[in-house]
Amino acid sequence: MSRFAMLTMLILTAVVALGLQACGEKEQVIVYKQGNYQGKSDGKPWENATFAGDQAKWENSIRARGQNQNEYKRIAD
Amino acid sequence: MARMKFLCDSERCIECNGCVTACKNENEVPWGVNRRRVVTLGDGLPGEKSVSVACMHCSDAPCMAVCPVDCFYHTDEGVVLHDKDMCIGCGYCFYACPFGAPQYPQSGAFGVRGKMDKCTFCAGGPEVDHSEEEFKKYGRNRLAEGKLPLCAEMCSTKALLGGDGDVVADIFRDRATRRGKGGEMWGWGTAYGKPVGKQAGKTAEGKS
Repeated sequence: MSRFAMLTMLILTAVVALGLQACGEKEQVIVYKQGNYQGKSDGKPWENATFAGDQAKWENSIRARGQNQNEYKRIAD
Repeated sequence: MARMKFLCDSERCIECNGCVTACKNENEVPWGVNRRRVVTLGDGLPGEKSVSVACMHCSDAPCMAVCPVDCFYHTDEGVVLHDKDMCIGCGYCFYACPFGAPQYPQSGAFGVRGKMDKCTFCAGGPEVDHSEEEFKKYGRNRLAEGKLPLCAEMCSTKALLGGDGDVVADIFRDRATRRGKGGEMWGWGTAYGKPVGKQAGKTAEGKS
């Protein structure tokens, strides 16, 4: 084989190798882990500007609101 | 704090659909999606019963069990929420839910099913509290404001109760004990008057 032919073969091999690189098999499906929440994390309802992390204050607010639904207590006898 | 629950008193529900309207307005729920609805049994017949239904925030939620992408989670308060960024809109949760809570917005000429939408117990979702993203995807986060779901809070007859399961159960137990059963539950005095004993006592005091 002549030197020219060898060089051509070498160039062709390199071109084919580079060209086929795009055809590489990559994982395209997200692998989900069953049984565990996979999404974004959520904060606590008292971790905001209104309650500034005060869980007790938040619970008291919810409790008071809950009792507002009881008309026997809300409306005085 | 116990788990957040809804309880609908079918003896009080008057099918006004106020809860449905309040939910739609508060959360700006898209057209065609009903996070809450009122179901009436024996409609038009004497003794018909109505009950307001939405996601019941099950302790062992079947929607969570069947979700192929695990986009559901329980908050510490027992509210069942999901991440809309992960939802693929497959509809499995709709088949699994005994209350028909999961809803899907339909869009486009062929009615393409969008991402699942359901009652959030007015607790928003996995986004920054009170952010625009949270409101757009999940609606208002009243729980983070120290408030209960609007459907329950604005119910005119207080048929729909929401909040801490223990508190809700106590309110209902107290109510059921006072109102009695059967014929005792009917009439103007029962609906708007005071308990018989107390009314009589006050009248006597007033006269004396």
